[in-house]
Amino acid sequence: MAKVTIPIGPQHPALKEPESFIVTLNGEKITNLDMRLGYNHRGIEKACEARTYVQDVYLIERVCGICSHSHSTCFVQAVEEIAGLQIPSRATYIRTLIAELERIHSHLLWLGVAGHEIGFDTLLMYTWRDREAVMDTFAALTGNRVNYGMNTIGGVRRDFTKEQLADVLKVIDICEERTKYYIEVCTQEPTVINRLSGVGYLSHEDAMRLGTIGPTGRASAVDKDVRRDDPYLAYKDLSFNVITDTHNDVFGRAVVRVLELMECYKMVREIIARMPDGPVTVKAPRKIPAGEAFSRYEAPRGEDTHFVKANGTDKPERVRVRAPTMANLQSVAKMLEDNNLADLPIAIAAIDPCFSCTDRMIGVKNAGGIKDTVRWDDLRNYSIKWYRQQGIDFTGLNKKMANRQE
Amino acid sequence: MANEEAIKSELTGKFVFLADKIVIKRERRIFADVPQAHFREVFEHAAKKMDFVHLCIITGLDDGDNLLFIYHLSKMDGTTLNLKTTVPKSNPVIKTITDIFPGGVIYERELIDLLGAKVEGIPPGKRYPLPDNWPANQYPLRKDWNPSMLEGKDGRKEEVKNG
Repeated sequence: MAKVTIPIGPQHPALKEPESFIVTLNGEKITNLDMRLGYNHRGIEKACEARTYVQDVYLIERVCGICSHSHSTCFVQAVEEIAGLQIPSRATYIRTLIAELERIHSHLLWLGVAGHEIGFDTLLMYTWRDREAVMDTFAALTGNRVNYGMNTIGGVRRDFTKEQLADVLKVIDICEERTKYYIEVCTQEPTVINRLSGVGYLSHEDAMRLGTIGPTGRASAVDKDVRRDDPYLAYKDLSFNVITDTHNDVFGRAVVRVLELMECYKMVREIIARMPDGPVTVKAPRKIPAGEAFSRYEAPRGEDTHFVKANGTDKPERVRVRAPTMANLQSVAKMLEDNNLADLPIAIAAIDPCFSCTDRMIGVKNAGGIKDTVRWDDLRNYSIKWYRQQGIDFTGLNKKMANRQE
Repeated sequence: MANEEAIKSELTGKFVFLADKIVIKRERRIFADVPQAHFREVFEHAAKKMDFVHLCIITGLDDGDNLLFIYHLSKMDGTTLNLKTTVPKSNPVIKTITDIFPGGVIYERELIDLLGAKVEGIPPGKRYPLPDNWPANQYPLRKDWNPSMLEGKDGRKEEVKNG
């Protein structure tokens, strides 16, 4: 059978963010996947070098809309290590609480997206309703639903009252009840099991070789979790299990995430029960002494790493960010080998991709007030030309269609 | 810190030139300066013989006349070994590590696009992360680069012209 190459992206209804997958098919089976990324680069690493550490905390928080706390915590950890700051233990616990609540809303969001990708929109509606309760908790605790602005260098910016923490526990109780039901759905519902089993297969060896991390790796039995292996924040004091699975497919990735949710609830209760009293910040110097630190953090999608180099001024010399999706993308091509084209959306969704955080770099403003409006025809012609450059040409097909219409 | 000391002594025992180049910054964080000429053997030894099985990331920095690369390797137990190596900007050539860590290809592509490194032996593929029509010899993460150097070469303006 003749091989067919089709473009999925940069703009495509099946994708939530711009990225380009050029898929080569033999019949329905994917034989090759060529990726082009970088459409979301915003110049964040370069921009960090031109701003002060405090400004950078807010900029870094905006690397990602879902794991905003992950990135800002990872960054402030590195800066605090360079400055030799010991942050109060209450601040550590508050950071950990926000981190685990973030994981809860992120995993619930993923479950909904996965449901949507397999045509199970009821699951999307259910999980996102429950996620809404967590988002409301964020709004009540921090004032914001998405970018919480909790971190500052030397601690956190808000303290919580006993009543606020009691309200968190109420939400956790509800979410736990609901999650028990989702575990049943994911592990016993034949439609879900049949749809997800064997899809996006990634063997343990391939996962290790390609450096797959987070729930995607753990579903291929890669027993790696920064919270346990390289403890930061309050994780040393908490008891939790690292969930792994040996199914190696999308089904396994779903199981890992729903079971991780149960661990999150356990941890949130433990954090609140053990929350120490005391101040929530220490005074941080404006200028950070020269030095460097490599900070790691287990974000909902996997290990997030930041490297910060300070040069003694109030601005960093270099900030390097690696979001988990960047590490996991390499395994996507492997996962999709020999899969049906129709499995592509769910297989990609199963790494819980976040392309905005993967691409963080260059933003270019049109200098000199040049009018940069693009007409529809120009845009269309540009896209036709662009796809031709990628080796995809629909001229023949268009002619055929036109003839048929006549 | 016994674990970290053991790693340090294994490395210095095997590679004498690393004697005063290894710093244990804190628990689970080891930094080492490796001369470019010996980088490959140290890297390979750490990855294959010392269980540093995971490449977290490669950081590239503009370090004056040189480019500095830091390869952050990690063990399953969370210990990270940060291997640094420098090459002169006049000839910024490094060898690929994708034969050991195939997943590291995207980090190497970033070094090529953003710092102007030349990576020998990198598998063919699309560039990352800059646009296809990005002008040559403009490396945004170099300290002497700023966005005004792109004036008149803005991607969008090109699109209108192309259309």
